[in-house]
Amino acid sequence: MAKHEHKLEIFRGYLKFKSNVQKIWGVLIFLSIVTAIEVALGILKPPILMNYFLGLKLINWIFIILTIVKAYYITWDFMHVRDEKPFLKNTIILPLLILIPFLLFILLWEGSYIFDVMLDGLKEWDFDIY
Amino acid sequence: MQASTLTKTKQKTWGGGGVKPLDAAYGKLMMWFFIVSDALTFSGFLVAYGFSRFKNIDSWPIADEVFHHFPFLHGVDAPMYYVALMTFILIFSSVTMVLAVDAGHNNDKNRVAFYMLLTIIGGAVFVGSQAWEWKNFIKGEYGAVEIQNGEILQFYDIKKDKRIPIDDFAVLQSQERVTHDDNVGIWYQSEAKLPEITLSEVMEGFKTNSAITVRVEELNDKGQKIILSREDAENKLSSATRVVKGANLIRNEYGNPLFADFFFFITGFHGFHVFSGVVINIIIFINVLLGTYERRGHYDMVEKVGLYWHFVDLVWVFVFTFFYLV
Repeated sequence: MAKHEHKLEIFRGYLKFKSNVQKIWGVLIFLSIVTAIEVALGILKPPILMNYFLGLKLINWIFIILTIVKAYYITWDFMHVRDEKPFLKNTIILPLLILIPFLLFILLWEGSYIFDVMLDGLKEWDFDIY
Repeated sequence: MQASTLTKTKQKTWGGGGVKPLDAAYGKLMMWFFIVSDALTFSGFLVAYGFSRFKNIDSWPIADEVFHHFPFLHGVDAPMYYVALMTFILIFSSVTMVLAVDAGHNNDKNRVAFYMLLTIIGGAVFVGSQAWEWKNFIKGEYGAVEIQNGEILQFYDIKKDKRIPIDDFAVLQSQERVTHDDNVGIWYQSEAKLPEITLSEVMEGFKTNSAITVRVEELNDKGQKIILSREDAENKLSSATRVVKGANLIRNEYGNPLFADFFFFITGFHGFHVFSGVVINIIIFINVLLGTYERRGHYDMVEKVGLYWHFVDLVWVFVFTFFYLV
């Protein structure tokens, strides 16, 4: 049986753990803090974060970024991707990293286009309002 | 040695012929292939949700108003606390799973079994929570009225400045109409259950109580539902067709039918993943107890189901964000 080696540092080496078990608990604490921040923001909804930036509210950008951060630590530490060979890492991550943003972009763009069309495009056909 | 020997006889499971590409066991590699494709499936669902939401960006239901129940706190407005708790339960069961995998690397049978058991319990609690969430969603709380163009109108009390359930103001009338069952009539057809409160009772209650007006699906600049004046409300209600209570795949009291459809479909599909994860975990747990992996000499199977379990957790993180937060 091959011995299992674990890379025991997170945050690019700022935080080093002594054992794998300790790292797991450390990551749990980090994920819980991130979730707590998300929930607190969702309940408080600070007015300053309600401004729009690149088509989305700032608060939603924060939620999305924090979600991706959580996803990173779940895959890297819980699913042990951190310990895999670089080629395997890329095989798993790159298809998702390329395909999902692509899908997101085309469908969300199309969605807001249809919204515009339904708002303005078909006015002449709506005989009820005249 | 990749090929795993099951018993003392030379019975072998095929394991890629002993070759270990990328230093990963055959089964683990296959699990990763599955996870990547399943991740694309889920992103397809979530992106479709995003598409529908962008298409109805000015009238989408507000998640905080829909999901605000907490067990044993009746009538308390607690948006998101419960799903946050569910998220935490799932992340915690993920942690016990990694601990089981870690104990497996040390060939520590008892600790693997213990952590697997905790993981199974966490998963079962999560599925139960989701069932409760569905129950609240399907049952509904306030009730609403649908008008001819399919729009949903919710009722609002101007004096108290909050929403009012239809049960609170409807004027009950004696009813002659009963639900048509298939044992009467000659065509053996039944109809859907009649609503407990009829449209005319709601309309009567609306007429007698002048403090009540309606809220439409459209959102204002602040992202709140627009509340109509009393005259506009009367106008809109003149084309009312039916009372809507709770949610199903065709209509729901929260607003756009697509909202409920996506809720049922995405959380249902995820819940099904959690459920199958629990079943697989139980199978592996029994195998651990029987000592199958002890005899095999390694706990690779625990690692494989662990990957699946973490993936389920990962998907929930995204569902949580896009359904409840954003």
